[in-house]
Amino acid sequence: MPSLLKKDKPKQTGAEKATAGAKWLDDRLGLAKGGRVFFNKIFPDHWSFMLGEIALYSFVVLLVTGVFLTLYYVPSADMLTYHGSYAPLKGTQVSAAYNSTLAISFDVRFGLLVRQMHHWAADIFLGAIAVHMCRVFFTGAFRRPRELNWIVGVTLLILGISNGFLGYSLPDDLISGTGLRIMFSVVESIPVVGTHLAFWLFGGNYPGNGVIIPRMFMLHVLLVPAIMVALVGAHLALLVKQKHTQFSGPGKTEKNVVGTPMWPGFMFKTQGYFFLVVAVLAGLGGWAQINPIWQYGQYFPYKVSYAVQPDWYMGWLDGALRIMPSWEFQNFGYMIPNMFFPAVLLPGIAFNIFIVWPFIEAKVRKDYKEHHLLERPRDNPWRTSIGAGALAFFFMLFAASSTDVLANYFNISLNLVLWFFRFATYIIPFFVAGITYKICLELQALGRYGGRRKRFNVVLRTAEGEYFSEKTPARPGDLDVLSGEEEEPLELTEEVSEKIRESSELIGVSSTELNKLPPPADQGVKRVERD
Amino acid sequence: MTSTEQVQTSEAAIDPTRDPRLDLLAKKPDQMEKLIALCFIVGIACFVAMMVFYVRGSSTQVEGALMAAGFGGLGVGMVAWGKYLMPKGPFEEERHQIGSTEEDRKAFADAFIGRGTIAVKRRSFLGKLLGLATAIFGIFSLGPLLDSLGPNPGNALDSTAWKKGSKVVTEHGRAIKVDDLEVGGFMTVFPEGNVGSYDGQTLLIRAGTSDIVTMPGRESWGPQGYLAYSKVCTHAGCPISLYQQETEQLLCPCHQSLFNVLQAAEPVFGPAPRPLPQLPLAIDKNGYIIAQAGYNEPIGPGYWNF
Ligand code: HEM
Ligand code: FES
Repeated sequence: MPSLLKKDKPKQTGAEKATAGAKWLDDRLGLAKGGRVFFNKIFPDHWSFMLGEIALYSFVVLLVTGVFLTLYYVPSADMLTYHGSYAPLKGTQVSAAYNSTLAISFDVRFGLLVRQMHHWAADIFLGAIAVHMCRVFFTGAFRRPRELNWIVGVTLLILGISNGFLGYSLPDDLISGTGLRIMFSVVESIPVVGTHLAFWLFGGNYPGNGVIIPRMFMLHVLLVPAIMVALVGAHLALLVKQKHTQFSGPGKTEKNVVGTPMWPGFMFKTQGYFFLVVAVLAGLGGWAQINPIWQYGQYFPYKVSYAVQPDWYMGWLDGALRIMPSWEFQNFGYMIPNMFFPAVLLPGIAFNIFIVWPFIEAKVRKDYKEHHLLERPRDNPWRTSIGAGALAFFFMLFAASSTDVLANYFNISLNLVLWFFRFATYIIPFFVAGITYKICLELQALGRYGGRRKRFNVVLRTAEGEYFSEKTPARPGDLDVLSGEEEEPLELTEEVSEKIRESSELIGVSSTELNKLPPPADQGVKRVERD
Repeated sequence: MTSTEQVQTSEAAIDPTRDPRLDLLAKKPDQMEKLIALCFIVGIACFVAMMVFYVRGSSTQVEGALMAAGFGGLGVGMVAWGKYLMPKGPFEEERHQIGSTEEDRKAFADAFIGRGTIAVKRRSFLGKLLGLATAIFGIFSLGPLLDSLGPNPGNALDSTAWKKGSKVVTEHGRAIKVDDLEVGGFMTVFPEGNVGSYDGQTLLIRAGTSDIVTMPGRESWGPQGYLAYSKVCTHAGCPISLYQQETEQLLCPCHQSLFNVLQAAEPVFGPAPRPLPQLPLAIDKNGYIIAQAGYNEPIGPGYWNF
């Protein structure tokens, strides 16, 4: 019976084994067809598409480092005597939460590294989301059919900010406690339901009956991350379904996507970016101290630290609190407290505008068409200037969260700084918007697609240091700056195209259109300034 | 179109019909491979070192540096691999209409509404009962939910632990005698028996030696230059922590509100909208400082039914 002799069976190679395994799976799941399409998914090669990836990978780092922290962190406000290895606090009364965070920082191997990586990852996660959101906004990537993904993205931003706040409230140090107290006041300031909400959240009047830390812990490590993971999944699924947007360029149309396929090019690169994000976070976690809670001390409700400054993504709210005039409205025995305006109304309005922006814009511009080609910011000066104005507004609020630091640094009175911000926060955005509008038009005038160009004089500096001024050569559709009239395009001789190429480089026009021109006669580079 | 077999540049040079998109970006793939290998070896070395240091213990800086260098090596290697040793492209993918066709939509609507009409619409009574049942359950569940969260505010925000005759004590529970504080001195105090309480925290300031009247109607509240104000800022509830004697002002560190000590803690700067409530003080027959009465208004930040 030769069949019993195993030796006779031909040995399977690795590839054959893999094929057999894949077949086994596909028999049960039927993934081959969809999988092939998935592998062919194209990712446009543009740096700005990496911002979302950075956010995603910081989020992964948050999940992994967060799980490590939960193994040591104790979510409890019970007081005990500190016996850990940080000498200055030995023998003092601390909460179990603060005690365990100290233990993570001083007594757990790699603990401080992981804790600081977690905190840095939170800051970079939210930073990457914010910049990613700017990219999507300024290029119009949120337009139909991607409105839903924009909303998912804004929701992730809100949840991320909330979870960041919950996270840095967990260690129960003096700064986080102060932040929590302010949060209680914020909730309390909501008309009608505020006091109830605040009491429900904290389990009673501030500081509550000790439930806030375990509650925040549950929200921070379970509920909010679970929702976020689901939303990140939805975000990516929509991305695959709707395919990427892309900037226009040679061969790129509304009907295709040009770039690197998912497998293997993109997968390899993106895996590399993941490692690099981990590397940067590890470097920061190891070398850049963040939130040194042992310097702040245990939180007690009647103590306060002078360096009360929240994480950066809360800064704009803190600034809004500071510059709010000292108003409070009391009518018929009811009060609308001061905090309501900067801490509830402002973010409420801001996030709601974010969410409905795609629909506002479609309506205002009467543009309900599908768009897969991105706009360059300059091509939509209206939107770009509104966005720039909004950014200026948030930046001013953010800067206002350092009124005291600024006053000290520049040695001017705090009074002056405060009044400056009370007005400038609302005025400067309009200037920024106006200037942005102008810049967009100027850039458009130089643009490549359809935009009617003005012709400029270019000042050239020769190798010998001699300057001379020259008009850029005309191209089809050019306007004369002075007369505003359309000029005759030159005939495309070799010499003319060389000049166009040169002048276009000076003024930063990308090479798309120029690629059609015959190659330049000589490659010499001249240093040039525009006039 | 996006076949991605590995191609050597030299072959592309020999065969002019080759799709140039399949060329590698790397001019010298073999060298690139060596570089990438080097990157990965850096990763291996760093991770081995991490194991050693985990066992032996080291500093956060060393741990961070090794981890950064290790993952940095992997990262650079992978990016280079994905960029230089892959067909350089560009590749292209077509978009298809995202929405379904009209027929599909109609078929879906027919299935959904058509079948639904038969099964659901004629039984709307059942639907209403089902809805009612879930609604009742929903209302029921509010009870346990809210109870599990916390108590209703009631009038908890209106009063503090300060009562008529409460002895003023330090954060260590020690009672305070008239000459314990010098002019310009201040400290955090609590009502006896409630040391450390949030809403009892009060600033005791010695602003002079004779009685101080901070506003009409508070004639007897500041005996022998002692004044007491709630320490909870009326802006967002931070503990007020600084007394500037020259200007007779209290400063809140959170958003820099300033309060005038001699004028009933009227806010003079910053976002705080209301004066700090003043605690009427008295001196008992043994020379201890006590409260004449509790605060006569809610302390701290504003709320709806203030
Ligand atoms: C959006 C996601 C997240 C953000 C923005 C975030 C942010 C933060 C921040 C800023 C801290 C304070 C760290 C410090 O002490 O300096 C923190 C602490 C903490 N986080 Fe997260 N985190 C996130 C997700 C998670 C997840 C998924 C877990 C667990 C599975 C987790 C577990 C913890 C724990 C246990 C602490 C307290 C320990 C400590 O403070 O060192 N986090 N988080
Ligand atoms: S809490 Fe005192 S100024 Fe804001």
